[in-house]
Amino acid sequence: MDDMESGIVKKFMFVNRKAPHGTVYALEVLEMVLISAAFDQDVHLAFLDDGVLQIKKGQTPAGIGVKNFSPTYRALEGYDIEKLYVEAESLAERGLTEDDLLVPVEVLSRAEMGKLMAGMDVVLTA
Amino acid sequence: MKFAVLVNEGPYNHQAADSALQFCKAAVDKGHEIFRVFFYYDGVNNATKLGEPPSDDRNVTRNWQKLAEDHKVDLVVCVAAGLRRGITESNLAPGFRISGLGQLIEAGIHADRLVTFGD
Amino acid sequence: MSTLHTVNKSPFERSCLDACLGHAQPGDAILLIEDAVIAALSGTAFEGKMADAAKTLKLNVLGPDLAARGLDPAKVIKGTHVVDYAGFVDLAAGTRATNAWL
Repeated sequence: MDDMESGIVKKFMFVNRKAPHGTVYALEVLEMVLISAAFDQDVHLAFLDDGVLQIKKGQTPAGIGVKNFSPTYRALEGYDIEKLYVEAESLAERGLTEDDLLVPVEVLSRAEMGKLMAGMDVVLTA
Repeated sequence: MKFAVLVNEGPYNHQAADSALQFCKAAVDKGHEIFRVFFYYDGVNNATKLGEPPSDDRNVTRNWQKLAEDHKVDLVVCVAAGLRRGITESNLAPGFRISGLGQLIEAGIHADRLVTFGD
Repeated sequence: MSTLHTVNKSPFERSCLDACLGHAQPGDAILLIEDAVIAALSGTAFEGKMADAAKTLKLNVLGPDLAARGLDPAKVIKGTHVVDYAGFVDLAAGTRATNAWL
């Protein structure tokens, strides 16, 4: 993959708006995020709406028979993916606070999130 | 202009693949290039050669193949998402190829725009 | 440069239109496709919200999706542009990025 050395650096944002486990999107977005780390791009992860549940502490999906992939969010730092943003309104609407989250994040207001998104070159949603 | 297109859903259950096809056709008709169409999540199911829709319905897989034939469009199926769902070389429709997720990121880097179709 | 936001689900079913309107920036383009096209019509419960949005955003709706559903393009909310797939391509080409609110 010679494109890894193309020298182009774009602002990528992975927008997560769906809860984990009920659909596959959270897991497969995470697989995309991990691959993106190999391309030296400016990677951002946004968690809003039900997407904030993807990084809720204490996920124990053994009882529903699916893999617990939530620890992977904590491993992202090791791939130099450190720009994680969570929308404050989405947390509040769901009765959650930053303390409920399993990774360090930057909490932004909805207005700030909109401005951040507006600066992206590539937005990937699922 | 170079467009990349991401298809998140399989054919028939959702309109996503049909919308993506119409978008691609309109883009090439206007003289743009489709740099790549990448199939991810259940989107990999667009690439099965085993589908046999009723003869009075459109055949989404065949429509993708025709787009690829007519305009040399690169149709790439994610290997990991495909393996998970049983889309492999053995049932891959001609015109599609299986490759890694890096092909999607690469498309995001090299295309001028990336447009996503999903549920 | 502005963003093209696409919305493909009816606001009667999902919150993606609301989420999109809550994040779009003034001057951005919105394109309603697939089941979202119902939100472009006048006389729906969303008309007030869309008319407000039209003050700062460029509202567009995909004509073939209206036609497929028997919805009259003459009845779209004032200021909404009815476009075809070629118009969709133009919108995507004319903005910096496309954000699909799935």
